[in-house]
Amino acid sequence: MLSDQNQKPIVLEVEGLRVYYETPAGDVLAVNGIDFQLYQGETLGLVGESGCGKSTAAMGVLQLVVPPGRIVSGQVLLDGQNLLDLSARELRKLRWAKLSLIPQGAMNSLNPTMKINRQIQDVIDAHLGATSKQEIRDRILELLQMVGLPERVYHMYPHQLSGGMKQRVCIAMAIALSPQVIIADESTSALDVVVQRVVAQTLLRVKEALGVSMIMIGHDMGLMAQMVDRIAVMYAGKIVEIAFVKEIFDHPAHPYSQLLIESVPSLKEHKPLKVTEGITHDPRHPPPGCIFQLRCPLVMDQCRQQEPVAQEVRPGQWVACHVYQSSEAGQ
Amino acid sequence: MLLEICNATKIYGPRGGEGEVIALQDFNLQIRKSPASITAIAGESGSGKTTLANAILGFTRLTSGEVIYDGQDISRATRAQIKDYRRNVQAVFQDPFGVYNPFYRVQHVFNQVIRNFGLNRNRAEWQQMIEEALNAVGLRGQDVLRKYPHQLSGGQRQRIMMARAYMIEPRLIVADEPVSMVDASLRASILDVMLRLKEENGISFLYITHDLSTAYQVGDQIHVLYQGSVAERGPTFSVIDQPRHPYVQLLVDSVPVPDPDVKWEGEVVLPAEEEMRSSAISGCRFYPRCPQRLDQCLQQQPPLYQVDDADHQAACYLLST
Repeated sequence: MLSDQNQKPIVLEVEGLRVYYETPAGDVLAVNGIDFQLYQGETLGLVGESGCGKSTAAMGVLQLVVPPGRIVSGQVLLDGQNLLDLSARELRKLRWAKLSLIPQGAMNSLNPTMKINRQIQDVIDAHLGATSKQEIRDRILELLQMVGLPERVYHMYPHQLSGGMKQRVCIAMAIALSPQVIIADESTSALDVVVQRVVAQTLLRVKEALGVSMIMIGHDMGLMAQMVDRIAVMYAGKIVEIAFVKEIFDHPAHPYSQLLIESVPSLKEHKPLKVTEGITHDPRHPPPGCIFQLRCPLVMDQCRQQEPVAQEVRPGQWVACHVYQSSEAGQ
Repeated sequence: MLLEICNATKIYGPRGGEGEVIALQDFNLQIRKSPASITAIAGESGSGKTTLANAILGFTRLTSGEVIYDGQDISRATRAQIKDYRRNVQAVFQDPFGVYNPFYRVQHVFNQVIRNFGLNRNRAEWQQMIEEALNAVGLRGQDVLRKYPHQLSGGQRQRIMMARAYMIEPRLIVADEPVSMVDASLRASILDVMLRLKEENGISFLYITHDLSTAYQVGDQIHVLYQGSVAERGPTFSVIDQPRHPYVQLLVDSVPVPDPDVKWEGEVVLPAEEEMRSSAISGCRFYPRCPQRLDQCLQQQPPLYQVDDADHQAACYLLST
């Protein structure tokens, strides 16, 4: 899926990444060969239903896959350096500094026994080594201010903060060392609507100010529309479509993307509910051919035999579906 | 009236003391016997919506106020009346994983209900009833009854819960966040079941949710709660298309629009936490966050004022003139 998005430099490139989970009954193919590029300053949304492998893909990129999971094959190139070749020590140096994560349920990832300033300081200390106390203090206060938190948060414990505030502390930690790439995994999903908006807008503002690239994982299409530049749609461990956000919303190409867009509830129109049946295959034994064949309304014979290859149907819009291929192949 | 809630108030913690939390305050609601309807209760976490569901289902006692079913106050009902109530008012809960006993097959869920309510006549009729209930939610017995809960998707599990409730032929189903833990692409199937049970079987719903968009899709009436009090209520279209309470306006405005061309306008500033949790203040609960607050708002909680549409009301002094 190569495309040069306005000639912007590529920051992160993922090629043929496969992450499997070992189970007694065989491997679960959680991420089964995905390719994508992340451009400088861009926000890429990674969407799909639960279990489609989007969080596992993020863990694969961060090299944080833990047993029973394992990275089977692939490349993750950050600045031309393949993360799979690095030692644990080299990776540790790189995390937070070049590549940081705002985890799922970030509010529960803070240490309840440490004050906020200590937690942020830990991140800075571990990477920059000895820095003067005053410098660190100033840096932490600057970070808090960037994410819209008052100074008093500096001396507070996590339990004294609301969910939205803790979420913003996690954003502050993620940007503490000015990384090139931030991965935000469902970073606003457990928040109330108004708070979610505040956190999302904070994230956007900080991202703009620092010019970092971001991968945003989630399933809320409304939030995606508000926040991302491009969207990669995942289904059962594969990226079935990747395109600019506007293309995905205006003319989704893959039948699964179409279904995803049609099922988005809206406050603007009262459209009939789109009901879809959710038969999924056993993730250990995907059927031959297209992975979406069991749910696809447009399924053809070819889909049961041959796996579709991604191709560009509009500028920047790549789709892996036989519907678009058969027309050309037949000629 | 099928169900009437009068001045329902629930206070947790010591009365008048430091830890007093008013979870629900002077809440009123009426659901007609016919036609069947879907009443949405919307609000953020801590707005009192689950307290309301628990009070209706009898899991918690109200501090004051009444829940009246078919003319009978349920806190003063006889055993027989309670049994009748429990049969006619069914519940579907948020977590489609937690409500199943993982050791039993799906069939067990239905058998239990049939035994509890003495619905069985003979085996064949028994199976027939289960099959009909499953068909009503778009499932087939042969596909699900022999399965264990972990073999089903969240959407299927939640629809089985709807089937279980439906089989008893209730008049009201209290659905507490039934779709919030189900994938977006499968949510529609559950909402669709609710609409069909309403239309075809005359079952009313109390749909409790934090998600305004799904409330908009299925709700006939909506009550928007803020920290235990109703901020605004009325026909769903009227309330969401033209919200009059500043809180509901902020809420509607903050729902991310699934259209990349329509972005959020302006930034929202949240006041400090301690201001927001001021449960003891006597005035409007939304005062600390309200962009249009008046001095008057601090003195007394605003009553519900009529908005143009007769059934549409909002608790805000801005509407008093």
